Amino acid sequence: MEKRVTFRGWLLPLALIAPQVIISAVFFFYPAGQAVWQSLFIPDPFGLSSQYVGLGNFEFLLSDKFYRASFVTTAIFSTLVTLCSMIPALFLAVIADRLIKGSGVYRTLLIWPYAVAPAVAGVLWLFMFNTRVGVVSWYLGQLGYDWNHVLNGTEAMGLVVVASAWGRISYNFLFFFAALQSVPRSVIEAAAIDGARFWRRFFTIVLPLLSPTAFFLLVVNVVYAFFETFGVIHTITGGGPQQSTTILVYKVFSDGFVGQDLGSSSAQSVILLIVVGLLTVIQFKYVEKRVHY
Amino acid sequence: MAAQQHGMVEKRGAGIWLTHAFMILGVLIIFFPIWLAFVASTVTQADIVSPPMPVWPGDQFWVNYKAALFSGINVPVATMLFNSLVMAIGIAVGKIIISLLSAFAIVYFKFPGRTTFFWLIFLTLMLPVEVRIVPTFEVVAGFGMLNSYYGLIFPLIASATATFLFRQFFLTIPDELAEAARVDGARPMRFFFDIVVPMSRTNIAALFVILFIYGWNQYLWPLLITTDPEMNTIVMGIKQMFPSGDDFAHWPTIMATSILAMIPPVIVVVSMQKLFVRGLVDSEK
Repeated sequence: MEKRVTFRGWLLPLALIAPQVIISAVFFFYPAGQAVWQSLFIPDPFGLSSQYVGLGNFEFLLSDKFYRASFVTTAIFSTLVTLCSMIPALFLAVIADRLIKGSGVYRTLLIWPYAVAPAVAGVLWLFMFNTRVGVVSWYLGQLGYDWNHVLNGTEAMGLVVVASAWGRISYNFLFFFAALQSVPRSVIEAAAIDGARFWRRFFTIVLPLLSPTAFFLLVVNVVYAFFETFGVIHTITGGGPQQSTTILVYKVFSDGFVGQDLGSSSAQSVILLIVVGLLTVIQFKYVEKRVHY
Repeated sequence: MAAQQHGMVEKRGAGIWLTHAFMILGVLIIFFPIWLAFVASTVTQADIVSPPMPVWPGDQFWVNYKAALFSGINVPVATMLFNSLVMAIGIAVGKIIISLLSAFAIVYFKFPGRTTFFWLIFLTLMLPVEVRIVPTFEVVAGFGMLNSYYGLIFPLIASATATFLFRQFFLTIPDELAEAARVDGARPMRFFFDIVVPMSRTNIAALFVILFIYGWNQYLWPLLITTDPEMNTIVMGIKQMFPSGDDFAHWPTIMATSILAMIPPVIVVVSMQKLFVRGLVDSEK
């Protein structure tokens, strides 16, 4: 789409677009290029020189069992976060949609967690499950269950999943609720007159109409779980125990900044770059579809 | 009218109470972590370290919040709040300004390289700062921007979402307005300030809400570039309040800080709820 009416001149538009282009070049294209470049080298331990290794860093990564484990961890983590944030959100949205009055109040209350930063959410959940003072872990102890996410990898994973999904429930709720409100009442009434009960109406009419929203949220939540949950993991587990919660983004950080392994960290950045690229393409394909049909 | 329609679908009266009950239960579960943090911020350390902690607020509210705000653990929380405010507003305002300008250039001018620039900006949509941390850190360090507001703000305003939103919106502004401005001999910037910006104010407000939250809630980036506690933002500063060894963390102060860290974004989201929902839906489209 283009404007028919445009202004003349080229100096002014270049000046207008310059701030964004310069900032993108300096803080975006140059660093991204550096990541690609550095991924082809191995620096010596003193950082004085570096040796060209071609795709050596990538070959090493793909054969590294810790890196492959991190891939699996990320897959499990993002699947669980997506499910744990979408299913409760859909449930709450369906209930809120049945209410004629008061849904606004519930909505106002339910969007709170969205405003809470992932890192703060991490601290809140850490506090509840803290092995020494946590309320939930204390009651679990009373029931005879010895909660210890510091030592138990499965429990650590469960905790970071719940803490990450918590704020996302708000987000998903807003989208599901908006989608439900736009389902035509007449269609639902027609089904009701034909004698379809609530759950039957839900599965045969409402759910199919929600599927575009659900698919969109699926992609967005996977992106969130991949890239925006660093704060949760850093505050709760620090990637442990024994790397059981080290997702890919966390590994870029721990290898690059803590381990100072720049070649490997850059190669990991490049791999993540490809992952983001694929996810973005999926997202845009979907957006295009929604516009056309 | 709406009530009648609903009435036709839902016949039973008991269902409505059950629905409310479910909803309240859901809200309670979702709210529980925040409630517990609030309670912990109003009791003494002794109340917390001998579990189970109380479930109703204590009388230490002023003591704990005063201690957190004006002494903190590494640095007064008031300082961290100020840093977060500068960062969040800087990112929101900065991104809105550069995006308004570049979208205006792309939509209202035909100049050499326009399509190239458009695609270059488009590409920046794809790479979150988490993915390019090491090289971006080196660039910022090279400029001497570590421990500075510039370092906190600039790398995070290099993204195209806002540019695209404004572009989409500008394309819907009727051509007659630009035509009239041109006939009147108005300069492009006059048209920009008198027509385009005022017409975009709802979009600007909606974006401000989204970007403010985005900036306020940043964690990894401030963690890397603010080594000086005086420059810590509140969201990343909470983690720094935990002792490194086996000591007990001072939970009342930490929880008071957590509550303080969520108040500004919650106020923004709740008070501008309509704009926020709209901005959210628009920016993800």
